[in-house]
Amino acid sequence: MAINDVIHHLPMTATPPDWPGGYWWHWLFFTVVLIGFVLAMVMGAIYIERRVLGRMQSRLGPNRTGPFGLLQVVADGIKLLLKENIVPSNADKVVHVLAPVVALVPAMMIFAVVPFQDGALLADLNIGILYIVAISSISTVGVFMAGWGSNSKYSLLGAMRNIAAVVSYEIPMVLAIVGVVLVAGSLSMNDIVLAQNIPFILLQPLGFLIFFTAGCAEINRSPFDLMEADSEIVAGFHTEYSGMRFVIFYMAEYTEAIAISAIITTLFLGGWRGPLLPPWLWFIIKVIIVFFLMVWTRTTLPRVRIDQLMALAWKFLLPLALVNLFITAVQVLVWPDGLPWLMVVINIAIMVILILIWSKLFKLGWGRVEV
Amino acid sequence: MTVALSGKKVAAQIEEKFPGSVVESSEGSLVIKGESLLAVAAFLRDTPELGFDYLNYITAVDYYSHFEIVYQLTSLGHNHTMMFKTRCYRRESPVMPSVVGLWQGADFQEREIYDLMGIKFEGHPNMKRIFLWEGFEGYPLRKDYLS
Amino acid sequence: MTTTEMALKTEPFVLNIGPVHPSTHGVYRMRVTLDGEVVLDMEPVFGYLHRGVEKLAEERSYTGFIPLTDRLDYIASMSNNLAYCLAVERLAGVKVPERAEYIRVIMAELQRLANHCIVVGAFFNDCGAYFTPFMYLFREREKILDLFDMVCGQRLTYNYMRIGGLSQDIPDEFLPALKKFLPQMKRFVDEYECFIKQNEILLARAKGVGILSRETAINCGISGPVARASGIKWDLRKADPYSIYDRFEFDIPFGEAGDCYDRYRVRMEEIKQSLRILEQAARQIPPGPVKTEVPHLIRPPAGEAYAHIESPKGELGFYLVSDNSIAPYRCHVRPPSLINLTALREMVRGWKVADLIIIFGSIDITMGEVDR
Repeated sequence: MAINDVIHHLPMTATPPDWPGGYWWHWLFFTVVLIGFVLAMVMGAIYIERRVLGRMQSRLGPNRTGPFGLLQVVADGIKLLLKENIVPSNADKVVHVLAPVVALVPAMMIFAVVPFQDGALLADLNIGILYIVAISSISTVGVFMAGWGSNSKYSLLGAMRNIAAVVSYEIPMVLAIVGVVLVAGSLSMNDIVLAQNIPFILLQPLGFLIFFTAGCAEINRSPFDLMEADSEIVAGFHTEYSGMRFVIFYMAEYTEAIAISAIITTLFLGGWRGPLLPPWLWFIIKVIIVFFLMVWTRTTLPRVRIDQLMALAWKFLLPLALVNLFITAVQVLVWPDGLPWLMVVINIAIMVILILIWSKLFKLGWGRVEV
Repeated sequence: MTVALSGKKVAAQIEEKFPGSVVESSEGSLVIKGESLLAVAAFLRDTPELGFDYLNYITAVDYYSHFEIVYQLTSLGHNHTMMFKTRCYRRESPVMPSVVGLWQGADFQEREIYDLMGIKFEGHPNMKRIFLWEGFEGYPLRKDYLS
Repeated sequence: MTTTEMALKTEPFVLNIGPVHPSTHGVYRMRVTLDGEVVLDMEPVFGYLHRGVEKLAEERSYTGFIPLTDRLDYIASMSNNLAYCLAVERLAGVKVPERAEYIRVIMAELQRLANHCIVVGAFFNDCGAYFTPFMYLFREREKILDLFDMVCGQRLTYNYMRIGGLSQDIPDEFLPALKKFLPQMKRFVDEYECFIKQNEILLARAKGVGILSRETAINCGISGPVARASGIKWDLRKADPYSIYDRFEFDIPFGEAGDCYDRYRVRMEEIKQSLRILEQAARQIPPGPVKTEVPHLIRPPAGEAYAHIESPKGELGFYLVSDNSIAPYRCHVRPPSLINLTALREMVRGWKVADLIIIFGSIDITMGEVDR
């Protein structure tokens, strides 16, 4: 086989379909490969975040451990593993110990349906995006278990805020996804990528912005990181965690960030499509670009308050998402086949107008409450 | 330039209104009897020509035979200032009237004086120690503390 | 909406925002009664940094007390030194040479810049802008600390001023370095304002939050940028000029609403005005001696004196009583941070936990001064 072929089809042709000898072994092998890949991406994401954050704050970021500080994440992991596991004395032990696992596993399960190449998914579900929406909410249960099981008021405050935020932002997120599904005509992630002759970010600009904002709120990233606000409630729901369990929460946060980036790449940026380079490389590049965007907003923006967060979800994003859905549905029904570039221009114009008008009418949260 | 009002002139004004309340007066400050403290302080704050609406600080000094509580007032409108004092001759559980009702800024400062000097202020809503912990024995800033 | 109209029955609980906390600017503890996220009551607990400075003053000589004054408001040490030296000089009737006065003004204004760098940065940190504005301001503060290092060898607690002047003259490279620094800082402040002054999220978080009315501020004895943001046009450098401030031209910025946003704006404008003063002082500084000859163990005549300055936090004053011995009979520090905290309870009730942190951060306290 030519080198070109090998590189281009690496995930598909590395091993024959029924190697090493049965469906279940095959599946187990690729699950392990996928988990390893996700963890590697998470470590890369942590490193990228710390370096980029540092450079944007006019300082260097980690650059001592290993060449260019690449081993900083490894050093942090080793340090955290060697720390003592402290469990608060009145904590509900079972809940406290299970919480990190319940928070991490659903985030990893999202990667089972993300296509790395044409047909290269762990499980080619034909309801791919619905599966993602369903399991991504389970992480919140883990967060609430952490907040409750720690027997600490700070943790409970953080967990309460988190649940309120996640439940609120599910709705605009799902509505943005439905817009994409309408244009693509299928729920399967692979089909959505295949349908993107023009990346959907151009056909659904409003959907992209809504999804990006709602996604950032779901995964507690700035400017919506009030669930673990460093300066207010120490560390929110994971205040009382140390050692290995803290590592799992930390990884869960970045896994979710990479997962949302992967979903955005698949839904809006065209997944693995691209000229010249192998598809899986394109996928990784696009995921890194979206993640960089998230780091950028983290560095630049201050944090919103909880009532402002809720107001943003219910009064700003939800109506915009509904209007977006309506307009998409009308476009798909009336012009099902053609004029995609005209649609692009129209959609971008609509997005600009809607956002400008709506933000003038929008009031961000309540003020003081009379006590 | 903030003008420091002459203690004698202000004392004369106070004597008119509240005869017998001024114990002594000099150029820099005047001393008022403890019993008439609240009335005089209210007079100083509410009279339009004096108009001392701003309390700079309250502090207490231990002169062995008596405690002296020092108040410095400023009028932001007229830009003049004055200092007045009152004396407390009891060493065992001294009590003085509190000016928190007139100037809310006296809140923490009076608690500090109680904490460090032992002078209780009646009329204060929250007369507790502020820097040292509850149950601390003694009043450290007194001259006879641990000497 | 009032909390009593809520359909669900909820119980208020007490949260202890403890002495060790990433955002309480030192060891400050508050016991907050919360109903969900709304603050019903706040009780401050102090004393974690109480070192008995006022009692220590009675054991040390007047000159030996100067290093202790550094550690009162450790972020603005030069101002503390200046206030104390002014009080002793007033008590003892010592006159300070011209050159020393100019250098004192330069140091005090540079200290104001450095202090506001930290305060504004920490304020944004509390707002959630994850260290970015903080780091930018620290970059400028580093330059100021380098200037201080050049003068007295210290970066935080300077012990530079003495009774009767300064401990030593400024080196030759100080004034050129200062003149190089001033336009850099001016450019930086303008650039910085572009970034964050009109940020939507900041406006939503800080405008209208934690309003302190003018009457409450006067009644509570509030001073400094907090008071000026509430509309009180009172700055001791103009109202009661000490040292040689009456020779410089500068304006006093003040706000109207008294909310957190106004306090931040007042501090940024104060930085610009300080740069003006520094330019004028650096131009006008005369040669000459920097210290009047006073005995090291100075014995001021019996009496009392109060001297106050406009420190970056507010009105910092020293009340000294002397009995003609080498140590003060009584030394009282008028702490702007403690007195500014009097109004905190009123400012905070009815807001949420997130606002509590922001309001507290905008008052700008240093526990070294609160607890002494």
